[in-house]
Amino acid sequence: MRSEARREDGPRAPVWLRVLAYGGLLFLHFPILMVGLYAFNTEESAFSFPLKGLTLRWFQAAAAREDVLGAIKLSLQVALAATGVALVLGTLLAGALYRRRFFGKEALNLMVILPIALPGIITGIALLSAFRLAEVTPNFWTIAVGHATFCVVMVYNNVVARLRRMPHSLLEASADLGADGFQTFRHVALPQMATSLLAGGILAFALSFDELIVTTFTAGHEKTLPIWLLDQLGRPRDVPVTNVVALWVMLITAVPILVAWRLTQGTEDVAGSSR
Amino acid sequence: MDTLPGMALPAPARPRAGLARTVANVLYRRRTLYLLLLLTPPLLWFGVVYLGSLLSLLVQSFYTFDDFTMGVTPELTWANYQALLDAANHDIILRTLAMAGSVTVASAVLGFPVAYYMARYATGWRKGFFYIAVMLPMWASYIVKAYSWTVILSKGGIIYWMVERLGLLPALEWALALPGVGGSSLSTSNLGRFLVFTYVWLPFMILPIQAAIERVPGNLLQAAADLGARPAQSFRTVLLPLAFPGVVAGSIFTFSLTLGDYIIPQLVGPPGLFIGNMVYTMQGSIGNIPMAASFTVVPIVIIGIYLTVARRLGAFDAL
Repeated sequence: MRSEARREDGPRAPVWLRVLAYGGLLFLHFPILMVGLYAFNTEESAFSFPLKGLTLRWFQAAAAREDVLGAIKLSLQVALAATGVALVLGTLLAGALYRRRFFGKEALNLMVILPIALPGIITGIALLSAFRLAEVTPNFWTIAVGHATFCVVMVYNNVVARLRRMPHSLLEASADLGADGFQTFRHVALPQMATSLLAGGILAFALSFDELIVTTFTAGHEKTLPIWLLDQLGRPRDVPVTNVVALWVMLITAVPILVAWRLTQGTEDVAGSSR
Repeated sequence: MDTLPGMALPAPARPRAGLARTVANVLYRRRTLYLLLLLTPPLLWFGVVYLGSLLSLLVQSFYTFDDFTMGVTPELTWANYQALLDAANHDIILRTLAMAGSVTVASAVLGFPVAYYMARYATGWRKGFFYIAVMLPMWASYIVKAYSWTVILSKGGIIYWMVERLGLLPALEWALALPGVGGSSLSTSNLGRFLVFTYVWLPFMILPIQAAIERVPGNLLQAAADLGARPAQSFRTVLLPLAFPGVVAGSIFTFSLTLGDYIIPQLVGPPGLFIGNMVYTMQGSIGNIPMAASFTVVPIVIIGIYLTVARRLGAFDAL
């Protein structure tokens, strides 16, 4: 029994490696802890450490701010619209690319990844220059169109990984039993894809909700939550509210990411591997 | 077989007659038509929205910007590209490249031990714990992370407090006085900017390395040990070469993301623009889209070269 448990543990890592690994984790989480801490800071316009005192009152103050709520609402709407488009386009692409080989397949693959592989500034300025050329004033839809473009890959990656593992014989069996293509999709393929669609959708949503660089080009005067935060950084008087909103943003994005991770557990999808 | 009580079997799909069936049958037989139908919406979207925009950007990089009227005319010129070679613009490009390079190296050095531990030693719940612990900061809001660092690095903030407590203030001041690294304080120094960049992109390096190490079969290392290699030897001659594509894959992210960033250079570090800042200012307050466009071509070309080299090194299989 005991030896069994030891084998589960595997070999023990040398101390220096453990120190480096956990040190790395500490480094990754230290700023996040600071965000959590400073949200309760009593001090109004500075960041002195140790904190002067702790309070909950900025949470109330932030919740009463129209501009905060407006920015959150806009970000949620944009993320919903972008995720909707990404779900449709990503699923279509996955359906087309997962089994067939054809001329230009590699190029298609690259095209889907490009919007997140190239720096956001390229996507941003390209979209902006095209919008100006077409004389479109930046609005809600210009933001959503930009976001959808780099969100497709999230859905595509998750769905294509799932489809590749789905035995093709399932679809053949369905056809043998007399189902037509639509019925097979509805009753066989869709239930198989469901969690990967959900996971991909959640990741797309989170990606859009947080996006800043492309948005600064396509937003015009609209303020999504990240843009609101960026604007806040030049306003020392608003520090406490900014701190609280920063904590909210952290929490809002952490939950869906954990859910997406759970959904792809044990299916070998690396949910966030290619953000 | 009888249905077990309480376990409803799904009703089998009933074969239908009619339009849907006819369409489905046609699509089943004409595979190319089916493929085309699937691909048309995404192709239209990416073709028009994305590639179309990139193309329009490329075309506009040859347009003429009139300094006096502040207007753009569609007369083609090389002037915007020639302007890239001006000393000031040249500096911007080199500054950005140097930062992207050092951030990439630092991420690889910091990230490798974490990835190595995750892949080789973390088992059971620890594996999940490490994975989540890397993924959460990666997905946490970019602007919040950057903001948090301005808080951390500020004078009177936690780093200054710790340094003071440890009596290391003279050491910090010495480091800040170094040319190229320093600045008047941490938050206005290249060191601070480098820290923030490394922090923000580090998870993008850890995960591909971890995936690459995970794919190295354990028995290869056992074989190396059986053949008499010391742990350090088998690490260097067996594991490292096999894990290297993962490092290259991660470096694509760290390099490309640093190259195109313009928010962090704005928030932390000394004055002196990055490529991204230049693009943003050019298109924004000045309205010189042609110059902004030609500046954008620089990272596109650099990343194009980078990706070609990375492909040679096998990084795409490690993505």
